[in-house]
Amino acid sequence: MTILDEMPALAGHWTPVCTYTDLLPERGAAVLVGDRQVAVFRTFDGALYALDNLDPFSGAYVMSRGIVGTRNGEPTVASPMHKQVFSLATGVCADDTGVALPTYPVRVTDGTVEVSVV
Amino acid sequence: MEDRKGMRLVVVGHGPTAHRLIETLSGRGFGGTVTVFGEEPRPAYDRVALTSYLSGRSVEDLTYPVPDGVTLRTGVRVTAIDRANRIVTTDAGDSEPYDVLVLATGSAPFVPPVPGRDLPGCFVYRTIDDLDAIRDASRDARAGVVIGGGLLGLEAADALRGLGLDTHVIEMSGWLMPRQVDEGGGSVLRGHIEGLGLTIHTGAGVRSIEAGQDGRVTALVKPDGEAIEAQIVVFSAGIRPRDELARDCGLEVGERGGIVVDEGMRTSDEHIYAIGECALAGGMVYGLVGPCNTQAEVAAERILDGQAAFTGADMSTKLKLLGVEVAQFGAMSGALDVTYMDPVGGVYKRLFISDDAKTLLGGICVGDAAPYNALRPFVGKPLPSAPSDLLFAGAGKASIDLPDDAQVCSCNNVTKGKICAAIADKGLTDVQGVKDCTRAGTTCGSCVPMLKQILVKSGVDVGKALCEHFTHSRAELFDIVNVRGITTFSQLIAEHGTGRGCDICKPAVASILASLGRGHILDGEQAALQDTNDQFLANIQKNGTYSVVPRIPGGEITPDKLIVIGEVARDFGLYTKITGAQRIDLLGARVEQLPSIWRRLVDAGFESGHAYGKALRTVKSCVGSTWCRYGVQDSVGLAIALELRYRGLRSPHKLKSAVSGCARECAEARSKDFGVIATEQGWNLYVGGNGGFKPRHADLLASDLSTDDLVRTIDRFLMFYIRTADRLQRTAAWLENLDGGLDYLREVIMEDSLGICAELDAQMERHVSTYADEWRATIEDPDKLRRFVSFVNAPGVPDPSISFETERDQIKPVLIPLEVTRR
Repeated sequence: MTILDEMPALAGHWTPVCTYTDLLPERGAAVLVGDRQVAVFRTFDGALYALDNLDPFSGAYVMSRGIVGTRNGEPTVASPMHKQVFSLATGVCADDTGVALPTYPVRVTDGTVEVSVV
Repeated sequence: MEDRKGMRLVVVGHGPTAHRLIETLSGRGFGGTVTVFGEEPRPAYDRVALTSYLSGRSVEDLTYPVPDGVTLRTGVRVTAIDRANRIVTTDAGDSEPYDVLVLATGSAPFVPPVPGRDLPGCFVYRTIDDLDAIRDASRDARAGVVIGGGLLGLEAADALRGLGLDTHVIEMSGWLMPRQVDEGGGSVLRGHIEGLGLTIHTGAGVRSIEAGQDGRVTALVKPDGEAIEAQIVVFSAGIRPRDELARDCGLEVGERGGIVVDEGMRTSDEHIYAIGECALAGGMVYGLVGPCNTQAEVAAERILDGQAAFTGADMSTKLKLLGVEVAQFGAMSGALDVTYMDPVGGVYKRLFISDDAKTLLGGICVGDAAPYNALRPFVGKPLPSAPSDLLFAGAGKASIDLPDDAQVCSCNNVTKGKICAAIADKGLTDVQGVKDCTRAGTTCGSCVPMLKQILVKSGVDVGKALCEHFTHSRAELFDIVNVRGITTFSQLIAEHGTGRGCDICKPAVASILASLGRGHILDGEQAALQDTNDQFLANIQKNGTYSVVPRIPGGEITPDKLIVIGEVARDFGLYTKITGAQRIDLLGARVEQLPSIWRRLVDAGFESGHAYGKALRTVKSCVGSTWCRYGVQDSVGLAIALELRYRGLRSPHKLKSAVSGCARECAEARSKDFGVIATEQGWNLYVGGNGGFKPRHADLLASDLSTDDLVRTIDRFLMFYIRTADRLQRTAAWLENLDGGLDYLREVIMEDSLGICAELDAQMERHVSTYADEWRATIEDPDKLRRFVSFVNAPGVPDPSISFETERDQIKPVLIPLEVTRR
């Protein structure tokens, strides 16, 4: 099963979650879309990423509180619980490539951040 | 090799050599039974480090672990060996049959036949019991004399000096340590030791030891009639092998003592081996730990049917006595020699070279032993560089590549080739790995700097680079930030790193910036560097909630404040537990609850306890002299003062501390990063202790300090640690890896050998004067409060995944069972 590949196909319904300035550089924030918890990240270059907020290793909804960085040039977030590192772009865990966080399309419209999770 | 199933091995004696034998056998799967009889009332301990017992190291610390499956009988002396029936009998009345017997009976100090040698006040220096007796006697003594100015004699002199005695050393030959150094080296050594206030008498013997009216020693009289006033006399005039058991059962012994063995360490009876200081191997009795260990390993191999042989040993030594480095390797004479002597600086170095000036034969160093590590492996080999350069080898002036067969660790007979092979085969990446794998560096530790160099030369990055974004170590980054005045991570990584950082370098740099007092940890860009605990100033728990620990300095708290904590916990529905550090933990707070909880606590006079930070946690204390009938100082008062001084100090890892009001040590100060124990005269300071995964007793850094001196010493200790430690390296590991160890630490922070104390003092002063409570600063800053919401788009909605059930009348997290989805 590849959770990753299903998401873009289902994209299309955008939910506004916050303003772009609500997000701080190199940090994440948790947003609630329906009953889904999403972690939205803004990196130093202004790019946005959205991933599931559930840390698949610990079972806690904490990914938005991880440290943002890079590994071999790729933007990453480290789980605050046990420090596994995930790619912000693909959601794949660099320490265990068999595990990945679901990723969601994210965009900015007129200063508002929108996420698509349907 | 066979595992020798069913073989009955009996070992007589349980000292370091016997320990090495049974440890080697156990490590190699010896399948027989092992019974060990030890005469001393305790298991084998590290005799090389014996003197450290008097400066505070415990017996437990010095004691070697007994391998599983070994039957050890302490306090039992073997009295006879029946070789015909292969049975030993003991003074406890036991008979123990053996298939193989190993004699590891060691040696006894030689006490020359001088009148008065048996008087109360005369001692030898070999066992913990000897040291206990010397310490007891020192309480009523003013002066002591050591007879014998060799290696052990000077150790004993150091011990007497440490006990506060006016100390004399008497040496028969013309200079000190005649077996290790020549006359020139001896004179430089003498200068050092006299500088410490000891009185040296060379070329001198003993006519008699005199007693007073109470029958105790009062003086030692030299052959020239001069009397030296002393209440304690320690004999350290050489050793005699303990070969009496062997003699009595008819084994061959040497003319001057020692059980004769072949190169397989076997005696004249094929069922009996002898190892260590009781054995006469190739006509020599070996008294150094290195050769004795080799003998033990050879015997173990032979017992397992192997073919190892002991064919003599390198008698090179490098040691630090009374603060002076002394080293000798290879020959002590040669056709040619190169000598460097600096009587003012107290340095003497001499190399011996073959008549064709091509081969290194040996060398002697006093005051600076750096050439020892670099040159010892070249003994008998072509000179690697010009002789004058070699005198300063190790000081960075000569770069020398060791050959593979060069012995790096002489205590455990480990060559460079063996170390390189272990690094390559086992993929070792640090000094600890090399130690575990090869045993190199595990006995005296003098070769540890070389192990590091070999790792580096083998292409191993010895953990220096912090992560992929910085090639620097944490200590180097600290210096860069400090010297260049860098205030942001962005500036540091742009100028000195690559990429954008990660969960390793960001918190490390955040900690450095905080240690140097560059702003609140949640100010601006710094907030993004922090680990979640520092981001939220609380400790994350398994369900994503946080725990809150207010500071309770020294563990002292008023009833009113206790009530406030109880009310806060009740009102926010938190789980409460007393921590191991005399504080109260409030668990189960959601991120959005944290500011309101802090508001209540701050209003009642609490502040952050930094339980979440790599920072000072607590200074634990016992009730001390205010209440306790045994206490000699106010431990609570000092603990509170120390906790308030160092609160909020960010460091490479957490810092724990404790103050005990008397020697009963109820606060467990010796398990802390810095621990203080009250004495009648002041405070003893211990550093580098640890509980946790790898417990370590703290080492005594200084004794009987006044409160001012104590605080200044702790200031410098902490700042020096913060400057130089690796990321997440506790003080225990830092101290163990510090080149030069405790002596070096003392030189740096108590004698200012690096000239940095003024700067360390200033940095601590700045920390103390700029400290502010992080909780208060956060609740008073709307910008910082922005992030304390459950969801940016639904700040009022609590995280629906967090739920609790009740256990023992308190909340307990409910975790949704989770299966990791694999792709």
